[in-house]
Amino acid sequence: MSRWRTATGGRVDRTRTLAFRFDGTRYEGLAGDTLASALLANGVHLVGRSFKYHRPRGILTAGAEEPSALVTVRRDSARVTPDLRATQLELYEGLDALSLNRWPSLERDVGRINDWLSPLFPAGFYYKTFMWPKSAWKSLYEPVIRRAAGLGVAPTEPDPDRYAQCYAHCDVLVVGAGPAGLAAALAAADQGARVLICDEQSEFGGSLLADRHATIDGGPAAAWVAHAVADLAANPRVVCLPRTTAFGYFPHNLIGLAERLTDHLAAPAPHAARERLWQVRARSVVLATGAVERPLVFPGNDRPGVMLAGAGRTYLNRYGVRVGARVVLVTATDAGYEAAIDLHDAGVEIAGIADLRTAASGELPAAARAAGIEVTASATVLGTSGNRRVAGITIAQISSAGSSAARRTLACDAVLMSGGFTPSVHLFSQSRGTLRWSDDHQAFLPDRSAERERSAGACRGVVDLAETIADGLTAGAESAPSRTATARRIVATRPRSSDGGHLGAVPLASGASQKSFVDWQHDVTIKDLAIATREGFRSIEHVKRFTTTGMATDQGKTSNLNALAIVARAIDAPIPRVGLTTFRMPYTPTTFGTFAGPSRGDLFDPVRRTPIHDWAAAAGAVFEDVGMWKRARYFPQPGEDMHAAVARECRAVRSSCGLFDASTLGKIEVVGPGAAEFLERLYVNSWANLGVGRCRYGILCREDGFITDDGVVARLAADRFHVTTTTGGAPRVLAMMEDYRQTEWPDLEVWLTSTTEAWAVIAVQGPNARDVLRGCVEGIDLEASAFPHMSVAAARICGVEGMVMRVSFTGELGYELNVPADYGLEIWKAVHAAGAAHGGITCYGTETMHVLRAEKGYIIVGQDTDGTVTPVDAGLSWAVGRKKPDFVGRRSLQRQSMQAPDRKQLVGLRARDGRTLLDEGAQVADRPNQQPPMQLIGHVTSSYESAVLGSPIALAMVAGGRARIGQTLYVPMPGGDVEVDVVSPVFYDPKGERINA
Amino acid sequence: MLLIPCPHCGERPEIEFTYGGEAHLVRPADPSTLDDAAWADYLYMRTNTKGVHAERWRHARGCGRFFNALRDTTTDRFLATYRIGEPRPAIAAGGAR
Amino acid sequence: MPEAPARHVPSLPSADWMSPLPPATRLAFQGGLAARAAAARVFPLPDAQAVCQARCDGDRAGLWLGPDECLLLAPATTGAAALLEALRSAIGTAAHSLVDVSHRQVGLEIRGPQAERILNGACPLDLSLEQFPVGRCTRTVLAKAEIVLWRTQAQHFRVEIWRSFAAYAAALLQEIARDYVV
Ligand SMILES: [Zn+2]
Repeated sequence: MSRWRTATGGRVDRTRTLAFRFDGTRYEGLAGDTLASALLANGVHLVGRSFKYHRPRGILTAGAEEPSALVTVRRDSARVTPDLRATQLELYEGLDALSLNRWPSLERDVGRINDWLSPLFPAGFYYKTFMWPKSAWKSLYEPVIRRAAGLGVAPTEPDPDRYAQCYAHCDVLVVGAGPAGLAAALAAADQGARVLICDEQSEFGGSLLADRHATIDGGPAAAWVAHAVADLAANPRVVCLPRTTAFGYFPHNLIGLAERLTDHLAAPAPHAARERLWQVRARSVVLATGAVERPLVFPGNDRPGVMLAGAGRTYLNRYGVRVGARVVLVTATDAGYEAAIDLHDAGVEIAGIADLRTAASGELPAAARAAGIEVTASATVLGTSGNRRVAGITIAQISSAGSSAARRTLACDAVLMSGGFTPSVHLFSQSRGTLRWSDDHQAFLPDRSAERERSAGACRGVVDLAETIADGLTAGAESAPSRTATARRIVATRPRSSDGGHLGAVPLASGASQKSFVDWQHDVTIKDLAIATREGFRSIEHVKRFTTTGMATDQGKTSNLNALAIVARAIDAPIPRVGLTTFRMPYTPTTFGTFAGPSRGDLFDPVRRTPIHDWAAAAGAVFEDVGMWKRARYFPQPGEDMHAAVARECRAVRSSCGLFDASTLGKIEVVGPGAAEFLERLYVNSWANLGVGRCRYGILCREDGFITDDGVVARLAADRFHVTTTTGGAPRVLAMMEDYRQTEWPDLEVWLTSTTEAWAVIAVQGPNARDVLRGCVEGIDLEASAFPHMSVAAARICGVEGMVMRVSFTGELGYELNVPADYGLEIWKAVHAAGAAHGGITCYGTETMHVLRAEKGYIIVGQDTDGTVTPVDAGLSWAVGRKKPDFVGRRSLQRQSMQAPDRKQLVGLRARDGRTLLDEGAQVADRPNQQPPMQLIGHVTSSYESAVLGSPIALAMVAGGRARIGQTLYVPMPGGDVEVDVVSPVFYDPKGERINA
Repeated sequence: MLLIPCPHCGERPEIEFTYGGEAHLVRPADPSTLDDAAWADYLYMRTNTKGVHAERWRHARGCGRFFNALRDTTTDRFLATYRIGEPRPAIAAGGAR
Repeated sequence: MPEAPARHVPSLPSADWMSPLPPATRLAFQGGLAARAAAARVFPLPDAQAVCQARCDGDRAGLWLGPDECLLLAPATTGAAALLEALRSAIGTAAHSLVDVSHRQVGLEIRGPQAERILNGACPLDLSLEQFPVGRCTRTVLAKAEIVLWRTQAQHFRVEIWRSFAAYAAALLQEIARDYVV
């Protein structure tokens, strides 16, 4: 056992020794230690280098507020977590931790030169110095700054761990399981409430875990904690979550919790989730988040070995670790005396207590003096000494004239300080509750709640233990939905120690040669804050951004109030007027894994597959993502690339027969007596005159007159329409339809049902399509005279009741078989077999479909249109119902500018050389060889090799395009301008003879 | 994530809803009678209220119904929700919790 | 002419706590009060005011999905055509919409003491028995998929989900269940 570990006491398990490594050196600790307590037990105080000046840094605190003792924990090459607080890391056998911000080593750090050069690095330095020359930023300044700065290094391998997520609901969520939180949970549970209580520490109890002086219900505090925890654990309506940080308070009492499940284990089960995100919706919330002890801002206060008094007490009482052999206390509260007495009782020499207050009187100072400890009142600190650990501290008494007297240097190996307590109002503030400044407490306290929430205990300035517990009991009981049980009583006594305190720098600090640190993590000193105020910054929000105080990962838990006080004093304004920066989630850094949860890899997003997908995959299809759908893009045969496969598929459709899976098309059944009128009002087309059994190409505009979707609409009955939409547009169109149906035209008796997934859709396209289908379809005469283009009818398809539409997106004779989805695969196979028996059938994918439709000048909404294209622009004025008094978008289309002849219009483009494939998205110009700024009159929207035409084709939106047909235009491409002929967008079979075959 | 009281289903989490913009904008019965300015006003101009805002929501992944809500845009508090066609309730900011 | 070919439902995993349900007949009913009352004479349908409640009669159930919307579930042996015919003749001229959605979605049963927790891994509703009792049903979300969730017994839930989302939902629930069931 090291000399720093006490012989007895604390909550560590002295029978279980754990080996661990820090920067490669092997140490031993005990089960129940944190990394911080184990390092201190080995006499290690130097644990890192600071962010900016690379100064040696130690352990400041014993909790989540730690700004300084940050480490990287490495389990294997992929499990590397930077920026963990050593004060929260539970020790396990084999823990391997590394310090941050040092190169080449913690002991000899080259960046330390920044400290000696610190006059060159004042606040705002980055903003001012690296401005010029501009070219140096990327090549010189940024790489150097990036190497020198930053907190830790992210691993390069994918995170191999699992992360879980869940939703939970409760009547009362209690955040924090210290005395107030435990009391609140007990009281709420007594009333029968569903309770969830969480605490970021490994065990419940909060401050009571390190308390020697409290008596609760007649016994030691630890015994009461054990009893309370057992009570809660035994209650089936209570969920207890240790190792769980409430990191965010979201609207309407949704609280985000991050539960750490395996980080404390030496050998987690192989596939156990590492962390779990809880999204808790609470009827009421009790915040019992406690308070954070404040450092004192004095010269040399960042030397390793200088830490908070409460931390020193916690290391002793909870972990059985003495933080030094000869300790000096610097304090502005009685809490410093409490630490001194505890350490003294544990055999630590107390070299002296420097009290900033003029009078050091009361129960605890008297007890300290009685123990023989020397107390200096009206004290200040002039500096500290020591290289990698504090070795001495110079204190002085402030005379009535304000100068220093009785200056003395005390040798020591640790300095404990207590500047008072800052209530943890982070979550309260995140909930949009308002804060008020309390002169009594010298702190911001919760004022008005925005949610069904109440704060209890130290986080709202209640300091006495009995009052804290009573406050928790009241909060818990009053948060319960019903109050029938009699209220619980808990009797607690404890010396009052946390009154008082000091804000800002200690007297005479500003004249000292040593730096006085305010923000340990971002290396902000009182001098930086002074510069900010000299530069004219008055609001703390501005000072914060100029100096970066409070902007590190600790969010200034230990620094914000001191910074505020220093600024307030510098500009002679009261603290509330300087303001308070916004508290943002997360309370402590939270892993990306926790937020991602299971949504990664295959579960990142649903992958939607059609009923025919597996067949296509087996046939070698290459798939593309269309929304969440996987669609077969082309079916390469051995040796074929995409170009060759698509050319073959195109030729097959044009010359014999192709088979295409169109199941992803959106489908909406519009049913009811008002169905025709509904579509009449919505789509640009006329519907009243569409006969039953007939189909029509429909265009849907938004109210602004621009095309938002298109698709074939089939009239199945007088009061029933089968509306198809684009694959990606289905949910949007259905939502838009519901909007008009429910909110604008509730007079219409019409209802909408999505049938996208009810049907598998098999497109059979090509001159042989009829022959192929003859043996597959019963109940329809497929001859052109009986079942012409744009017909629809119910039919028996390969033995199954379905629906045949004679429609074509290829320009060929074509049918789309709609069959119940579960039968889709077998019917696809049957049609495929029938095709083989009729001269062959070729499966084609979306790429071929795109080429074929482009050859016909059919647009794809979202590719050839971009939300600024009207039906007239797209050459679809024939579809617009001219006689209709109104439809969605009509009024906008009537605007003069919507009919201007120079609007961009759909045209075809063909490269004059007959070879060049234009880039989709390329611009179109009417003059060649322009220099920037160029005059551009349009852009290419679609561009393909056309196997059938033997040359590339393109669709484009060109200003006044239809009037330019026959002209030559220019498309700037990487190799120079390409001369193009403007042609009709219908490249193939302009008379439409094939489609009507 | 807000908790939104659907007038049909009760309080449900925001991810079940879609937002529908400002409420009580009635599509003109005959838009062709409006001049361009009046049409643009209907189409684009919104009050962008700071405070109590009447807005549309749809319980899209629930009962599917559109409804109107009074929400205080400064606090996200829902003061009332009511069905399409019902008049806007007379409630001032801070009037309900 | 060929006989009806084999029917393929999406292939989904099974576990002690999860089973894909056999094919079923499903109708989407929408309509006003008159049509609803008439339809209720031949099929168990919840009243319009019976918010988020299912009404069962043997192996047939009507699920309240909205004030004018119900999902009708029956065994596949009750053909959709026959059911549609019975409903249409009962409803007569009252305006309504009936659409056969039997093949649009699939059913998944989630059961056992961990069913609630597994579903709450991705469903944001309070699924405790006091807030989501037996017989309650609703459209809701399961992570990035939309589902209809129906508690058929204290430890049994039926999830109805569009067929192309079913594999995602089942895989997601399996991933969630790894932390709750051995
Ligand atoms: Zn609803």
